[in-house]
Amino acid sequence: MALLEVRGLRKEFGDVVAVDGVDIKSEEGEFLVLLGPSGCGKTTLLRMIAGLEHPTEGQILLGGEDVTDLPPRARQIAMVFQSYALYPHMTVARNIAFPLKAQGVDGPERDEKVKWAAGLFGIEHLLHRRPRQLSGGERQRVALARAIVREPSVFLLDEPLSNLDAKLRAAARDDLMGFQRRIGITSVYVTHDQVEAMGMGDRIAVMRDGKIRQMGTPEEVYHHPADTFVAQFIGSPPMNLLDWGDYILGFRPEHFLPEGVQDGGDRVPFDFFVNRIEYLGSERYLYGFIPGHEETKVIAMLPATVTVPLEEQRQHRFSVASDQLRFFDKDGGQKIPPQTIQA
Amino acid sequence: MTTQTAKKPRYLADSPRFLAGLFMSPTIIYIVALVGFPFALAIIYAFTDITTGDPSLEFVGLDTIKAVWNDTVFRRALGNTFWFAVISNLFVVILATGLAELLTRDFKGKWFVRFLVLLPWVAPVSLATLTWLWTLDSVFSPIDWLLRQVGLIDQNMYWLGRPSLAFISVVAVQVWRIAPLAAVIVMAGMMAIPKDVHDAVEVDGAGPWRRLFEINIPLLAPIIAVAVLFGVILSMADMSVIYVLTRGGPTHRTQVLSTWAYFKGIEGGALGQGAAVALFLFPVLVGLTAVILRLARRREVL
Ligand SMILES: Nc1ncnc2c1ncn2[C@@H]1O[C@H](COP(=O)(O)OP(=O)(O)OP(=O)(O)O)[C@@H](O)[C@H]1O
Ligand SMILES: [Mg+2]
Repeated sequence: MALLEVRGLRKEFGDVVAVDGVDIKSEEGEFLVLLGPSGCGKTTLLRMIAGLEHPTEGQILLGGEDVTDLPPRARQIAMVFQSYALYPHMTVARNIAFPLKAQGVDGPERDEKVKWAAGLFGIEHLLHRRPRQLSGGERQRVALARAIVREPSVFLLDEPLSNLDAKLRAAARDDLMGFQRRIGITSVYVTHDQVEAMGMGDRIAVMRDGKIRQMGTPEEVYHHPADTFVAQFIGSPPMNLLDWGDYILGFRPEHFLPEGVQDGGDRVPFDFFVNRIEYLGSERYLYGFIPGHEETKVIAMLPATVTVPLEEQRQHRFSVASDQLRFFDKDGGQKIPPQTIQA
Repeated sequence: MTTQTAKKPRYLADSPRFLAGLFMSPTIIYIVALVGFPFALAIIYAFTDITTGDPSLEFVGLDTIKAVWNDTVFRRALGNTFWFAVISNLFVVILATGLAELLTRDFKGKWFVRFLVLLPWVAPVSLATLTWLWTLDSVFSPIDWLLRQVGLIDQNMYWLGRPSLAFISVVAVQVWRIAPLAAVIVMAGMMAIPKDVHDAVEVDGAGPWRRLFEINIPLLAPIIAVAVLFGVILSMADMSVIYVLTRGGPTHRTQVLSTWAYFKGIEGGALGQGAAVALFLFPVLVGLTAVILRLARRREVL
């Protein structure tokens, strides 16, 4: 039995369909990431799970029990908001204690738990401060501690790292993962950053226009995208997609290598006209096109270990291992089985 | 040296000093003519024995003020003013917070209800109070009629005729009159609380009472204080409700300083004494205004 289950969930705001028939099953302890571009309905989906928004259609089940019509406080769910939403007039200790107070946990037990939660995130020394006396990273930790303190069964996070600078973000991501593994709490994490999603998720649900386009492990969504949207949304630079007659042909930039770099196996050769080369230290990006498909930009990404000399404004011989080629339907862009290819 | 370090404005309209003077002048003229001049006159009058019958300015030192102070009606009015302001604003706070809490919720017809709540504030005060005068009439009061029908009373209540009842009546009408303003002020404060904070309160499992007393009221305290101070100042300085309803009676039970100053100075003709009564309020109002300004500045940034 799934711990968290969402069935045919739909939410309309007037004419806008924010979430359009979403099904999710999440097992105990899983870290599920909702990934998608801005406005695709991630926050709305999360708010419905929390009970802050009532679905137009569909059901939400927690541990097999239908909670669709229950208010947030009757669900064992905690949520961390993008803005952290700390209570500005309360100290950190009172912020963290608030959910416990609301549950009627009193006295020494409450203090004990506040200490425990603060300890988890290393913020014991901040307990007497107010939110406005904290840095962004510290606020984020307080928000996490406040969410976790009453040991919810599901933990919802709406882009909790997006207000942090790049360096702090990496550290916070690491902390958060470590913490989630230790506690083993089922988490739903919203982000529009695919690197974050790939790095953190046990599974990733890729959303667009209120629908889940693909749900799978990071490997699955990266190597076997269900459609051209997922193929282009995940990976940086994204998958190369070429109009190849009856279908769309796709391959990842890192699989597009000069002839002779990788031998053996079944490889499909391409001519590649290189317009421009970018050196990024650890890798080289080659921008160009495949003759006969001049309208589509193709990118090759070569690790620094590949030292084959390559020149700009010249045609080179490249190839892709045939098991790394992906094929998509021309209308709709859905994944189709491998096709025979004549290059 | 041909380069200028500080450039002189080329046109008069470029000069900040000229513009500042120009834009400030209407306000300054207005304040001097309509506030400053009468105020100065009141101070002068308070030290004379001027009356409408004898409009010559003869300075009598503190005599007028002493006479006013030793008047028992003045003492009563002083106490009444205090209790009138405090009691009515106590109810105003409770009502305003409740209304703000209700009106920031989402429900059908919200705009219409908001409009209704604001109505007492936008209606001309004398007109609205006249309606109350009829509502509380000794013979025709619809409230009495209702109570009689229900069987709660046999005789009319004489709302404005019995001293204590009259005081309760003017307090009630005053509350009705200023609560909308306070409600709107508190509502604006309520809407400035980030939505995420209220969502967090819900997810954290707090019910409506905890939300009110542990989140909204502490966060709104400075705003509520401003609303209260406005209400207190209005209750002390504005006499329209009492003037129309009871004219300070019966037996001066609803006499407050503003009405007493008016009856003494204008209707009674003792300009000097009227001015002296009115001036008693001045230090209190100045103090309250200073508190408002401080609170407004101290308002915590969320
Ligand atoms: N309260 C609302 N009223 C009307 N429309 C809304 C409301 N909330 C969201 N929407 C609309 O629903 C769609 C999905 O919004 P949502 O906030 O869920 O997107 P998101 O995926 O979280 O985007 P982002 O990554 O920018 O946060 C958007 O088109 C948005 O305009
Ligand atoms: Mg969002």
